[in-house]
Amino acid sequence: MLAKRIIPCLDVRNGKVVKGVNFEGIRDVGDPVECAEEYNRQGADEIVFYDITASFEGRGVFLDVVRETAKKVFVPLTVGGGIKTVDDIRETLRAGADKVSVNSQAVKNPQLIRDGADIFGSQCICVGIDAKKIADHKWTVYINGGRVDMGIDLIDWVHQIEQLGAGEICLNSIDADGTKEGFDIEMLKAVCDNCNIPVIASGGAGKINDFAEVFEKTGATAALAASLFHFKELTVQEVKSYCRDRNITVR
Amino acid sequence: MIAIIDYGAGNIFSVKNALDYLGLENILTADKDSVKNADAIILPGVGAFPSAMKMLENSGLTETIKEEATKKPFLGICLGMQMIFEKGYEFEECDGLGLIKGSVRKMEETELIIPHMGWNKLEVLNNCKLLDGLGDNEYVYFVHSYKAECADNDISAYCEYGGRVPALVHDGKYVYGAQFHPEKSGETGLKILKNFGGLI
Repeated sequence: MLAKRIIPCLDVRNGKVVKGVNFEGIRDVGDPVECAEEYNRQGADEIVFYDITASFEGRGVFLDVVRETAKKVFVPLTVGGGIKTVDDIRETLRAGADKVSVNSQAVKNPQLIRDGADIFGSQCICVGIDAKKIADHKWTVYINGGRVDMGIDLIDWVHQIEQLGAGEICLNSIDADGTKEGFDIEMLKAVCDNCNIPVIASGGAGKINDFAEVFEKTGATAALAASLFHFKELTVQEVKSYCRDRNITVR
Repeated sequence: MIAIIDYGAGNIFSVKNALDYLGLENILTADKDSVKNADAIILPGVGAFPSAMKMLENSGLTETIKEEATKKPFLGICLGMQMIFEKGYEFEECDGLGLIKGSVRKMEETELIIPHMGWNKLEVLNNCKLLDGLGDNEYVYFVHSYKAECADNDISAYCEYGGRVPALVHDGKYVYGAQFHPEKSGETGLKILKNFGGLI
């Protein structure tokens, strides 16, 4: 049986790991390659690197981080942040990423999803979505790190990206992100019930039971967390052994 | 020396990184003589069946691979595994390498999330040397939307995903195929690649 995936995410700026809380107030901690190796040892099923560097020079340093990690860590690497063109996707995959995560740019230019899927295969195109609740059972899609409301209905967007050939969705709840009060079950359920591709739950994990809850109550096939793992509040191992005790299949 | 066929498809560097890590001598190549002189061959592949077969054909390697796979250890990975079979049906009917009898079709079971993406458990059907030293609770990483249909006696291990999905196939001689990515399957995958290197 397919195991539920536990995915630690590392935000990287200028080659260093950082963690934003509600996308603000960033702290600078740690070497990303070492962090990735540690997560690998803990049993992480995948590792996500998110580049929040704005400069061209920073991009080169970031891709070096991906390249070094791919020589030492033999689980899938997903790389997001700053990917705007097919050439960016190619460059990122060549650096050793197995998947790219596109977010704002996919909203601005949905054709990027189709082109990426056609050239490199759906399996390596993960579409990241930041969404926020506006009414009962209604959410809209945001871009630029959750700062700009695009006024696009979340479920419409999910249908569209699936048709464009996205291989996976990483769904981040702006409402839940940074709160540590658990994943956004209602929103995740709505998305999982409306698509047929894997969905990664993101935003809100604060305690061990949140992981079990998201797998028991929604169709999410993976759960992602950053600060929880980064600040060693929980290890991937602890989360997995807890899930296993709850009869959730994990590796 | 293991020749990793570089015909322009997929993330071949992952395979190279894993072999380097294991200290297995390897070369990325699209050159016929290098493939002929190698002690073993790995055919990686990500993307679509017809375009990958076409790219292989354009590299002029199709016949060389068919011939060499009868003489030395050969491992197809993911799409490279699917190409081992006689026919693929991704978008259109397309001839494969025909090294093992069978075909490749879309996974179409309803309610199934596609692609089959993530870690799934290997269920051993017919033990083979690539599984040496592995236990009975081994997970490996899959990402694919098409699956092989072939005879049980060519299946070394399968996994459960809307029915049996051939995970590791073996023709009983030199030809092996892994639907999963051993180069992305942690310690288990590295062990499988090490076992492959041990066949030389």
